[in-house]
Amino acid sequence: MTILSFEELINKCNTENKKIYEIALEEESFIQDENFDVIKIKTLETLLAMKEAVKNGLKSTEKSISEWCGDDCEKLQKRYYTTASILGKTFEKIITYALATAEENLRMGRIVACPTAGSCGIVPSVIIAVAEEKKIPEIEQINGLMTAGLIGLIISNKVQLAGAVAGCQAECGVASAMAAAALTQMLGGNILEILQATALALKNILGLTCDPVCGLVEVPCIKRNAFLAIHAVTASELALCGVESKIPLDEIVDTLKITGQLMSPLLKETSQGGLAKTKTAIELEKKLFNNKQ
Amino acid sequence: MEQKSIFSVISPIMVGPSSSHTAGAVRLGLMARNIYNAPFSKVKFVLYNSFATTGFGHGTDKGLLAGILGYQVDDSSIKNIFETVNNVDYSFSYIQDISRHPNSVDIIIDDKMTISGDSVGAGEIRINNINGFSTDINGSYDTLLLMYKDKPGMISTVSDIIQKQKVNIASLHCGRSSKGGQASMYIALDIPIGEDVVEKVKNIKDVYFVTNIRKLK
Repeated sequence: MTILSFEELINKCNTENKKIYEIALEEESFIQDENFDVIKIKTLETLLAMKEAVKNGLKSTEKSISEWCGDDCEKLQKRYYTTASILGKTFEKIITYALATAEENLRMGRIVACPTAGSCGIVPSVIIAVAEEKKIPEIEQINGLMTAGLIGLIISNKVQLAGAVAGCQAECGVASAMAAAALTQMLGGNILEILQATALALKNILGLTCDPVCGLVEVPCIKRNAFLAIHAVTASELALCGVESKIPLDEIVDTLKITGQLMSPLLKETSQGGLAKTKTAIELEKKLFNNKQ
Repeated sequence: MEQKSIFSVISPIMVGPSSSHTAGAVRLGLMARNIYNAPFSKVKFVLYNSFATTGFGHGTDKGLLAGILGYQVDDSSIKNIFETVNNVDYSFSYIQDISRHPNSVDIIIDDKMTISGDSVGAGEIRINNINGFSTDINGSYDTLLLMYKDKPGMISTVSDIIQKQKVNIASLHCGRSSKGGQASMYIALDIPIGEDVVEKVKNIKDVYFVTNIRKLK
């Protein structure tokens, strides 16, 4: 049965005394008509593809087709090789992995859309970096990823996850909420804490527009992956400390949808407004177009 | 509401940078390949609107070509497809036409068949026209497509052949240019049918064209 709201999810978890990833596993097993092991293996394959993308991204400095982006991840690695971040190793790794994945995406490398290609660096960077630093076993990473999957799925039942529909709220924003849920699960949070982390992450990205320069998944998309990966950690930490969102998660998802409807089409993946119409963006667009000819 | 999978939000595994402009393009190409279902030596792509303006930066052209050559959406070699293809004559043209979907393409194979489709988001696609006939094929079902002379009894003749194979029909759509004119039918199936069944449908009188379109992975 399709779970249409987070209230339904909490009730189901409580009634059946199950974790969110256990519900995800059961639902998925039913839809795909496969046993639990098949679903776990498919999730593992997804996780391994994410790790592979990070690995490839860390090694490459190849530029994108537009030649604007592709060498920022290397800058981070260079600095952290000699100078530690004031926030420590986990922070370094999260922002580095987020850029590694997002840059791999723009150079036509193999990535996992999560939920979209433009937001592909957020969930993997948080899961992989924290797992490495905290020595979290693979099965718990899989449980985290499944938790993120069900959270994203329930949101997507209410609002289509596309910049053209609801702006970047629905792409990097939802990715951040999914990452917050995955992280809270991996750190041993209970169901309410996981959903609070999701709520806090989502509530604090409301209104985020999608205004990519020249319509490419580059500016501001790539760096936004690093920002919203850290945003997910903040949400998870707050939730694990017992901080709660005064507005319930379901109402926040509804708000995201309505905010998307209120958002001007100029700011929803059309590149007709926002950063895409700045003086510099227009110059970049002209240059790119001339090079193409 | 159709029940969706968690893998609708934690996949596909694909080459970047865009699910609509790259993965969607590969899938449109793959679908055209499955529809044509025969060797070919020449392919023309007409890209519309956003596909035409931003397709270059998204590798849409590479994706379309890779798809029609049978590459899957996560194949890392798509990036270098132009350097590796040498036995197919391919070309691209670019048009702005607001009557078309923002991410739209015509794929013309061997100057014989024109397949039009849209990339509708998150890698999902729709084939909406084949040689002038409206369709609505999204690649999630094995589909039997046929073109024939409009006349009474054609639907029952075809469904009878399929029914004898114990294959369940998920949906069936028909259309025609005029009464007694050229008509088309496409039938979505729960499981694929064999080439022997396709042969039987081909042998029905007044059927001009039949293709057994495999669903996308």
